[in-house]
Amino acid sequence: MKETGIHKRILADRLFKALIVLLACSCILPMFLILFFITKYGIAVIDWNFLTKLPAPVGELGGGIANAIIGTAILIAVASVLAVPLGILAGIYLAEYRKTRFAYLTRLSVEIIMGTPSIVIGIVAYIWVVMPMGSFSALSGGIALAIMMLPVMVMSTEETLKLMPDSMKEASLALGVSYPRTIMKVILPAGFSGILTGTILAIGRIAGETAPLLFTAFGSPFMDTNILKPVNSLPLMVFNYATSPYPEWHALAWGASFVLLAFVLILNLVAKVGMKKWKVRF
Amino acid sequence: MESTVLRTEHFGAGFDDNQVLKDINIVIPRNMITAIMGPSGCGKTTLIRCMNRMHELIPSANVTGRILLEEENVFDIDPIIVRRKIGMVFQRPNPFPTMSIYDNVAAGYNLNGIRISKSDKDSIVEESLRKAALWGEVKDSLHRKGTFLSGGQQQRLCIARALAMRPEILLLDEPTSALDPKSTSHIEELVVQLKNAVTIIQVTHNIPQAARISDFTAFIYLGELVEFGLTEKLFTVPKDKRTEEYLKGKFG
Amino acid sequence: MMESSVEEAEKLMAQRTSDTKGTNGVGGTSMFAHREAFAVSEGTFRKILYVAGISVFILFIAIFLSLVVASYPSIKRLGIGFLYGKIWDPVASEFGALPFLVGTLATSFLALAISVVFSVPIAIFLGEYYPEGTAANVVKTVIELLAGIPSVIYGFWGLFFLVPAVRWVEIKLGVAPYGVGILTSSLILAVMIVPYAASLGREVIALAPSDLKEAALSLGATRFEVICKVVLPYARSGIFAGIMLSLGRALGETMAVTMVIGNSNFLPTSIFAPSNTMASVIANEFTEATGALYLSTLVQIGLLLFIVTTIINVIGKIIMSKLSTEA
Repeated sequence: MKETGIHKRILADRLFKALIVLLACSCILPMFLILFFITKYGIAVIDWNFLTKLPAPVGELGGGIANAIIGTAILIAVASVLAVPLGILAGIYLAEYRKTRFAYLTRLSVEIIMGTPSIVIGIVAYIWVVMPMGSFSALSGGIALAIMMLPVMVMSTEETLKLMPDSMKEASLALGVSYPRTIMKVILPAGFSGILTGTILAIGRIAGETAPLLFTAFGSPFMDTNILKPVNSLPLMVFNYATSPYPEWHALAWGASFVLLAFVLILNLVAKVGMKKWKVRF
Repeated sequence: MESTVLRTEHFGAGFDDNQVLKDINIVIPRNMITAIMGPSGCGKTTLIRCMNRMHELIPSANVTGRILLEEENVFDIDPIIVRRKIGMVFQRPNPFPTMSIYDNVAAGYNLNGIRISKSDKDSIVEESLRKAALWGEVKDSLHRKGTFLSGGQQQRLCIARALAMRPEILLLDEPTSALDPKSTSHIEELVVQLKNAVTIIQVTHNIPQAARISDFTAFIYLGELVEFGLTEKLFTVPKDKRTEEYLKGKFG
Repeated sequence: MMESSVEEAEKLMAQRTSDTKGTNGVGGTSMFAHREAFAVSEGTFRKILYVAGISVFILFIAIFLSLVVASYPSIKRLGIGFLYGKIWDPVASEFGALPFLVGTLATSFLALAISVVFSVPIAIFLGEYYPEGTAANVVKTVIELLAGIPSVIYGFWGLFFLVPAVRWVEIKLGVAPYGVGILTSSLILAVMIVPYAASLGREVIALAPSDLKEAALSLGATRFEVICKVVLPYARSGIFAGIMLSLGRALGETMAVTMVIGNSNFLPTSIFAPSNTMASVIANEFTEATGALYLSTLVQIGLLLFIVTTIINVIGKIIMSKLSTEA
């Protein structure tokens, strides 16, 4: 009955908990600092002109991020067109053929591509598209982003479809519905919410990517909707303007950061809420 | 019109090395209710799943012998056609969760891309729901999702869905085992009425249920067809000792 | 094939309707006009699925091979000396990648060390003390937000807030006040990688079997002791996998690091010195690279990065899959 021993242990227990709580809650600090300052400096710059005008040359006031917004939209569109159908089909493959050797290879490849640094993917897109084309383009940027989007689409489709009960498939097959129709018209629609959520999250991820675009889409001061030409994007703009020596451009970068951050966070929020609301009850 | 709608000829089935059914020779009479009963694992579910070729969905499945639907071997016909002629209702109700009640009943047509006019579809849906004794309860909410119904209603919806395809045979795989007693008796009444329109084969491990509703009964034990005959006779004067013991509850 | 199915279906309908007894059926084949739209055969569909699956594998192989082929000129010319060469002077055709290897390892491991101080407590916080409730939701949301902030925004914020702060500290310490450098990059990187180890760690900690914990508690152990002696040893490999994942992420992180590391191609001499990582030198110099050899060396750095991060991620996944088979 060493009383002091117990007191020490209880004290240690209390200290430990306090330490854990302190360290855990400290993550709030960087989040707060980042969100606060981006909002503070970003909102100050945003007005209608900012959102609809092109960037002004050095020395001139005003200017905006219109081309970056459109460019981001174009890149997302190109990437989605390439990655979404292929990703969904590959996800169906993995959900239907769970234990085969090729499924294992596919799954491994998905995880490796997912973990590949985005700048390396930019290099690959450069080799595959920019070099043969001889110029930077939205197409090459879109392809780089598609490679990054693909693993997310495959994984979210596979995860969603794995949750579908076999009874649904059996009910359809027993009605004399062919296997392709069963998958495409019964199983896939039932998994729509999960796949849609995965798509939204994937878009949120690529919208903020800069590294793969540095030498593919490259950026541009002009508004160009031709996918064979270089294109600007919000993250590229933030990078280029933030690292420039001009204070007017820094201000633009704050505004662009705010728009980008708001976009990404809203997408994540929509995905989270949507996941709950659109869920199909079995 | 023959009085036999389906028969099996030296039929066997199994998975890889495991032989689940051996040398089954059964004759299913038209517009009657045939109960297939036996203890768990005896192969009765496997048997009916072979009839509509659902058994082969499992990669390790194999079959020997023939199953003749109107004297045509089902293994020579496209499985999709077989499944439209032989419908199935499962143990747990499984209406399609993304579809309304209306679309669930019409699913066989919609999913197969069979184009029929709206008025035809409306009449098929109503007819099937009436046959399944569900029309009165859902006629004002045909466009609600099927998953909002109670368990018993969902199962009747599944029956309506199968009936909409106008099958010749309806396979029922222990359709009431997941339901409460009240729903169970509703479904039993319904099945008895249905035999006028369609031949019924019902798998059950519920001996009193088989006695109540079936005209003919087959007793399967360890993959063999032990006895088959008129329910009345089989239940009162079983020919085989094993049948007698099963009926007495000596094994289940 | 399509024609015969329609014929079969028609024959079927005829047979059905003529067999209908009893309840009035809607009879007559004329009412049913069946055209089977979208009739892809099962075989074709399965082939399509298979091709889709394999194409992901082919993509991975293509990525790897492209990097190897494009690095080949550099590998051939420079050989293994590339990895320990200290001088990076493309103008003089000197390509030694050691400064970047050192920069990468220094920033990544320092960031890892800093992040673990926070991610393990967060994992314990969410896995043990507050698995549900407001506190949990707040912390979880914050972690998700941190994970969702784009890298370039971290870099931008770092450039304008962290760099001056570090500069102030450097002045106090009497060190050259660059502000940028390895320390600053590691700090930013640490914040960015906390969410990975935190969420993975939380999952494994929450999986610790409660009967073991209760047994320990009933013997008079304090919560602290239960965590240290029962939960953490149990969750050890999961936490380690999470750390692997964080490391993989840190190694490949580009934008935030590029913006605050100072872009110096010299071998760094202290954590306050400016430097470059493998990723940041590619980001900085790729578009300026003149000459095929120069470009090829940068691709080779990219290949190295690819191999290292792949190995680390695969190790992490192997640990994770062993965990789920044991669970």
